[in-house]
Amino acid sequence: MTEVTMTVNGKSVSAQAEGRTLLVNYLREGLGLTGTHVGCDTSQCGACVVHVDGKAVKSCTVFAMDVAGAQVLTIEGMANADGSLGVVQQAFQDHHGLQCGFCTPGMVMTTAALLADNPRPTEAEVRHELEGNICRCTGYHNIVKAVLAASGQDAGAMAAE
Amino acid sequence: MHNFEFVKPSSIADAALALSGEGAQPLSGGQTLLPTMKQRLAAPEVLVSLTGIAEMQGVCTGDGGLHIGAATPHVVVAREAASHFPALAALAGGIGDPAVRNRGTIGGSVANNDPAACYPAAVLASGAVVVTNRRKIEADDYFQGMFTTALEEGEFITSVVFPIPQKAAYVKFNQPASRFALTAVFVAKFDGGVRVAVTGASNNGVFRWAEAEAALSADFAASAIAGLTVPDTDMISDLHGSAAYRANLVKVLTGRAVTAAR
Repeated sequence: MTEVTMTVNGKSVSAQAEGRTLLVNYLREGLGLTGTHVGCDTSQCGACVVHVDGKAVKSCTVFAMDVAGAQVLTIEGMANADGSLGVVQQAFQDHHGLQCGFCTPGMVMTTAALLADNPRPTEAEVRHELEGNICRCTGYHNIVKAVLAASGQDAGAMAAE
Repeated sequence: MHNFEFVKPSSIADAALALSGEGAQPLSGGQTLLPTMKQRLAAPEVLVSLTGIAEMQGVCTGDGGLHIGAATPHVVVAREAASHFPALAALAGGIGDPAVRNRGTIGGSVANNDPAACYPAAVLASGAVVVTNRRKIEADDYFQGMFTTALEEGEFITSVVFPIPQKAAYVKFNQPASRFALTAVFVAKFDGGVRVAVTGASNNGVFRWAEAEAALSADFAASAIAGLTVPDTDMISDLHGSAAYRANLVKVLTGRAVTAAR
């Protein structure tokens, strides 16, 4: 085991890791940050998405040691400083963008990365950019509405499906 | 997953040294290798990360065309190759999903040579040169069948150099679950003729469709291949598509690529 240090949600943190320790296990078991979920463990579903140096990655498919020293942002870092929900989180609540909630941490992190790159995406762009995040409840329509709302656009204008 | 020793060198020379040892294997973005290791289909004793090597990152123009560092992730190729080689940039932007494109690299894809991967089609159709820590390998010599390449033990890709075609396009028929190519075709038109490379279709991995190349070199129009047929011998057959279906896709997608080429 080796001590691996990185910055998670703005704080410098350390935890023991083996070579094979995945970033998601480092976060969940090493740091106790269990908001990041393991869905498929095969990089298909996106429940484990976190940001590494500002980029969305599937933390089940990255070794913790490979991102030692990086800036990591997880779902625990998405709320406002006063504890109220961040813009993306609030939009998911307002538009019922979650049912069971299991995929939601990954959806929120992918959405935040998308909006950082493309602040006013079209509906088609949102659907394309969320391709790597699977919702087992299949609540995609409200998720897309939530993303559009989080970007300040009128989600009510989106055609019903 | 079996455990291993993890090392992350910061130069090509240090990586070559680390990879000269017994049981050592290179790791790039890991988007294929990690799932493979989880299934215990790969169990390296030492894993050498190539993503911390600055000289293996980035896209620039130079001798022979567009130079792409092997550890450059797909998202960067999609952005930075766009003005030089739009078909290649579009290919990179269509691999996997955004999170996979943020980690996965061109060198990793070309080294793995998955029979349904996108990059091998671009490398072969462009007549690119695969540059390693030891030598330069022409695309026609590099790909040697499914998951098989000219790379030797301890050898790793440091960059890929793409001659820039006059016109090119990549058309991919997605396998909707994996987002790999069910079949895909890269067409590249150069002064000296047209090259057509097909991925996702053959049991032997990426291949050139010579008859289409001859027809399109004489007349660069989709109609030029109308009379050709692709034999379905050696085509992949699985629950997503039969050999005959893939053979037909090769022709259809080649025609679409010619029409889309710019």
